[in-house]
Amino acid sequence: MRFPTGPAPHLAPQNSITTMMLRVLLALVPALLVWVWFFGWGIVFNIVIASATALLAEVMMLYLRGKAIRAHLLDLSAIVTAVLLAFCLPPTTPWWITVTGVAFAIIFAKHLYGGLGHNPFNPAMAGYVVLLISFPVEMTQWLPPRQLMEDGQFPTAWAQLVAILTGELPGASLDAISRATPLDVMRTELGQARTIAEITADPRFGDLGGYGWEWIGNGVLLGGIWLIYKKVIRWQIPVAVLAGVLIPATFFYLLDPGSHASPAFHLFSGATLLCAFFIATDPVSASTTRTGRLIYGAGIGFLIYAIRSWGGYPDAVAFAVLLMNMAVPLIDRYTKPRAYGHQK
Amino acid sequence: MQTLHGFPGGLALEARKDQSTAKPLARVPLGFEYVLPLLQHEGDPAQARVSVGDRVLRGQVIARAEGYLSLPIHAPTSGTVTGILPRPIPHPSGLLAECIVIEADGLDEAAETKAPIEDPAAVHPSRLRNRLRECGVAGLGGAAFPTHVKLNPTAERPIETLIINGAQCEPYISCDDRLLREKADEVVAGTAVMLTALHASQALIAIENDTPQAMAAVDEALARYSDDRIRRVAVPTIYPEGGERQLIQTLTGREVPSRGLPADIGVICHNVGTARAAWRAIHHGEALTERVVTVTGNGVTAPRNVIARLGTPVADLVAFCGGYTDSVARLIMGGPMMGFALGSDEVSVVKGTTCILAADNSEILLEKQSMPCIRCGECAETCPAGLLPQQLYWHAHERDWEGVENFHLFDCIECGCCDVVCPSHIPLVQYFRAAKTEIWARQRDREKSDIARARYEQRQARLAREAEEKKRRHEEKKKALAGRKKGDDKVKSELDAIMSRVKQRKKGDN
Repeated sequence: MRFPTGPAPHLAPQNSITTMMLRVLLALVPALLVWVWFFGWGIVFNIVIASATALLAEVMMLYLRGKAIRAHLLDLSAIVTAVLLAFCLPPTTPWWITVTGVAFAIIFAKHLYGGLGHNPFNPAMAGYVVLLISFPVEMTQWLPPRQLMEDGQFPTAWAQLVAILTGELPGASLDAISRATPLDVMRTELGQARTIAEITADPRFGDLGGYGWEWIGNGVLLGGIWLIYKKVIRWQIPVAVLAGVLIPATFFYLLDPGSHASPAFHLFSGATLLCAFFIATDPVSASTTRTGRLIYGAGIGFLIYAIRSWGGYPDAVAFAVLLMNMAVPLIDRYTKPRAYGHQK
Repeated sequence: MQTLHGFPGGLALEARKDQSTAKPLARVPLGFEYVLPLLQHEGDPAQARVSVGDRVLRGQVIARAEGYLSLPIHAPTSGTVTGILPRPIPHPSGLLAECIVIEADGLDEAAETKAPIEDPAAVHPSRLRNRLRECGVAGLGGAAFPTHVKLNPTAERPIETLIINGAQCEPYISCDDRLLREKADEVVAGTAVMLTALHASQALIAIENDTPQAMAAVDEALARYSDDRIRRVAVPTIYPEGGERQLIQTLTGREVPSRGLPADIGVICHNVGTARAAWRAIHHGEALTERVVTVTGNGVTAPRNVIARLGTPVADLVAFCGGYTDSVARLIMGGPMMGFALGSDEVSVVKGTTCILAADNSEILLEKQSMPCIRCGECAETCPAGLLPQQLYWHAHERDWEGVENFHLFDCIECGCCDVVCPSHIPLVQYFRAAKTEIWARQRDREKSDIARARYEQRQARLAREAEEKKRRHEEKKKALAGRKKGDDKVKSELDAIMSRVKQRKKGDN
């Protein structure tokens, strides 16, 4: 009897890119639910707009580059980029801003560098930085958490959708109700020589970080730990990012708690946790060796703290990630593990 | 209690050994035809010693070892040699190679066996090695390296520890498990003989901890044998624990140097089946003519472990195990991780055949669609050799041979862990194998051109030397001629002087 042949190993692969991406999306669900609870349905509309844009851009670029469209769409990597970018946008971001950011992420940051697996920069963060620079006003127009507003004042899902589609919030001016994020407040107020105690007396601050933000952070943490458990990501990058933020934050906090925010505030405000578990862990643009991941993560963590404390932007995740992306080839080069049987 | 050190990476694979371990060993009944490739082991092929038409007896040498790294081949049963010709052999390439074909006569008449060596400790180890060589004993763990070569310690490299490898980590393969359950006494006795031959101080019989019956059988045998140099060690069930280098690392915490041998750190590994075969050869004078083979997978009706004569066609083994099921999709010799796919079941069992896996589509994947590498690094996490498979892949893909060597391509043991965990389904091991082949081919070419260049340079040197000599001879001749001429001048001047004196005297006379 004759049989078809093929190379070893013959066991079926244990994993696929699609499974990994699907798990990343699933791991974001807890954070998404908390987000909707605090900030309303805007993020859901943003995710839909971002995903549609990502798919469209992906199809177009795959077609132009003569790649297998079906296989690449099914890998879900474009959707993950879109969803992560949507997680970084204010809930009422006008649709054209979202579309611009996602299109830039997919077309420029991903495909012009060679598509999946070849992009040196994290596409979502590249898209975010473009938006931050191009639309500085819109990118900082955050709604306050629903719970901090009087009844009936918080825009309904419908109002948020209208705001996203038209750029105008029906019934109220967006300018009037949008507030600075806790990180922004912290930065500005510290600049005016107020103490931490005075600043955090504001209702926008919760027990650990920004009100509401801290709970989103917990959702992210939950999903992130599940990702480590499922081995979609390895522990080195998240742990190193968090250590990179917490070590300097603790140091300066202990030195002078009056003018430095607490380590918990740095952890549970802004996108620190999202970065540690979902953004810095993007395998394509991160370091791949074990030691390299620790260095890469620690670098991002430290840059986040440094830019927040001494730089020009309240949150620093995107810049920190992009800067460390540039260092990856160097890190990888000098963290090659010792192979079996070679000199120690 | 032996301290275990473990090895980095590796995979916990679903065992799937139960399919074949339930039934005891059974002997495959005599068949009609046996096909024996002349090369069944590492090294040089044996030289046929019979001609077509010769009658042979079981255990008779039909091919002689050619050189030190070679082994003779013995007739598996009595019958007539019907051909010495190229036939398909079990090899990934699917190539033909020289084989001796024997038509069995059904009598299974045995040739005279060698005299048993009753007390192995009393004879010189070289006699034990010679006996193993004469009996054709090769490593039965799959690689089939000639056993006598691995039992030859040198003064500079004394062996301290003998490891008897019963850590069969490939899913599906259970021939060692079954052998230990039923023939533990012979394995232990063989271990003791090997220890003697090596002058080693201790032997560790390593068994994966998911085979309790095998461990119990070995413990009982050890209790009966009571040789305190030999111990049984349970090792974790993790692939590739049974890999020589990984097992050594687990048991000793030490690494075999890159491109070195276990003997370099005072360790030798032998498979449990090899230990038993060594015992049969030394104590019973029996040549290696049969081995235990696992016949398993969803593609075979009644999986089990069988004792098969070397040369038995794979088709006969499967037929003995109830034949194929309708779902059979691929035939593999060895395990699903490192075994190779057979294009046909007409090839025969050889010394290195551990397993015949007839798999269906639920157990293996015939074709996988590759995606680009996303640098997830899972391959590096699982690599037991501490390599960076993705970097190797990029360099291999770019045909950057210097790059792959810098990333230690030749330390890759081709265990397939990286391949199985790759979410992009990139056939990594295939790339590495191709890169190795390419580098070897280039080395051969380079050596060839080096030889050609050396030959050319030697010729040039010879021509130059000859020209030089010619010139020297010429000059010598010239000098000699010149000397003679000078001599002539001297004679002439002397004559002139005489003549002038004579003239002056004549003048004076006047």
